[in-house]
Amino acid sequence: MLSAQRVSRRFTDGTVALDGVDLSIADGAFVVLLGPSGCGKSTLLRLLAGLDQPDSGQILWDEGAKPRPGEIGFVFQDATLLPWADATDNVFLPLRLAGRSLSDCRAEIRSLLAKLGLAGFEHAKPAELSGGMRMRVSIARAMIARPRLLLMDEPFAALDEFTRHRLQDDLRALWRETGMTVVFVTHSIYEAAFLASHLVIMTPRPGQIATMRAGLDQTAGPRRTDPAMAALIGAITADVTRMMPTS
Amino acid sequence: MKTERWAPILFGIFGLLIWQSAVIALRVPVYVLPGPVAIIQAFFADWRSLLLSLVATLAIAAASLLAAAMLGMMLALAMAASRWARAAIQPWAVVLQVTPVVALAPLIIIWVHQQFLALVVCATIVGFFPVLSNTAAGLAATPPALLDLFRLNGASRRQIVFLLRLPSALPYFLAGLRIAGTLALVGAVVAEFVASSGGFASGLAGRILEAGYRLEIPRMFAALTLLALAGIAIYAALGAFERTILKRVGAVSSHHHAP
Repeated sequence: MLSAQRVSRRFTDGTVALDGVDLSIADGAFVVLLGPSGCGKSTLLRLLAGLDQPDSGQILWDEGAKPRPGEIGFVFQDATLLPWADATDNVFLPLRLAGRSLSDCRAEIRSLLAKLGLAGFEHAKPAELSGGMRMRVSIARAMIARPRLLLMDEPFAALDEFTRHRLQDDLRALWRETGMTVVFVTHSIYEAAFLASHLVIMTPRPGQIATMRAGLDQTAGPRRTDPAMAALIGAITADVTRMMPTS
Repeated sequence: MKTERWAPILFGIFGLLIWQSAVIALRVPVYVLPGPVAIIQAFFADWRSLLLSLVATLAIAAASLLAAAMLGMMLALAMAASRWARAAIQPWAVVLQVTPVVALAPLIIIWVHQQFLALVVCATIVGFFPVLSNTAAGLAATPPALLDLFRLNGASRRQIVFLLRLPSALPYFLAGLRIAGTLALVGAVVAEFVASSGGFASGLAGRILEAGYRLEIPRMFAALTLLALAGIAIYAALGAFERTILKRVGAVSSHHHAP
């Protein structure tokens, strides 16, 4: 569906954020980009979204076609909601920008919010919601236009462990239900092992791909207590230890 | 209820008492420094004319505030829309801001024949700068992630301005408006002073000058007190307006967490 070919990105201060990254993302995959801070994960995500341009190499979308507005959903590390708008209006935003009317979309927004556990909070302003709930609104906003590709930049990093687990469960359920493609950036090994269908481990400075791994069997039952999950975490930890410079 | 709230009022009353007793004890002549009682008497002796003058001054200040709000907002929008406009406008806005309005007023009064309009122009020059600089800062402070989000969804420039930049700049604009309100009053009075020498004397500045010529110092103080009270009232009213709007749009604090 989408691929990066020998993509490099250097910032004006001379930092090489990405150096010759090759990555191919299959339709319907849940790709997790895992790596320490400064390994260019977020830069890669912005390049995939078209929010930034590579200095060399190219990002190819469906063999050359450019994505249409609404085909890519983006979830940032902060919920980045409009503080003056309630949950419904925040979720409505992408559709509004596409020229749809709220009355046509209200039922759809309500059902998506309910699916994300926000029934009854349709008219709450961001200031009235908890951090986890704001992130749920942010995910609903990214999904309302039924994007083919959902890009997520450490969306759960600022949340507590319990909230994070619930959101991970819900995100996985949504992914399996909709069949959309997800690229998810994180620096949590546990989160990567739990979510990924495909794992991409990156090294810092310059940002390069160190290892790729298959995720857990998607049909498996309760993943968190599955011995296979513990084994995957162990294997990723070994990968990470190998690539990190010894001090 | 916090007791500190009463502190300024109690302190004021205490000050007035000291003032009145000092004036009596030291036998200060009323044409040098009248006591509060003489000032209140002077106000009641001439309340009609003083209040009419206050209304005239407030009308100028209000019209200027409206003009300053619109002018400041429009210039800030132009500056946010194009880098060229920003480079062109900014230095001239600063020039207008640093040129004392007392020096500009005589020219403006000559150029603009309609007295009320001339005074409004002077007071607007004083008042528009905080609206402009605050709104421009607000328009520039739009969260970059939200801009990215709008672009990803194919938002037009118009949609970015009206659905994102302007609403995010609202708290900045309102803070600028609050400062502009008191400056517009100052500007109105300064312009009136200049205009009074040309015969225009319907505002409070006219009353102050007139009382000065006639050595009616208590009446001068009464006019001065009215001006100070009007300034406080404008500041408080615009502050309340700001809080009401921000509360309604829910932008007071995005960091508040619900349980």
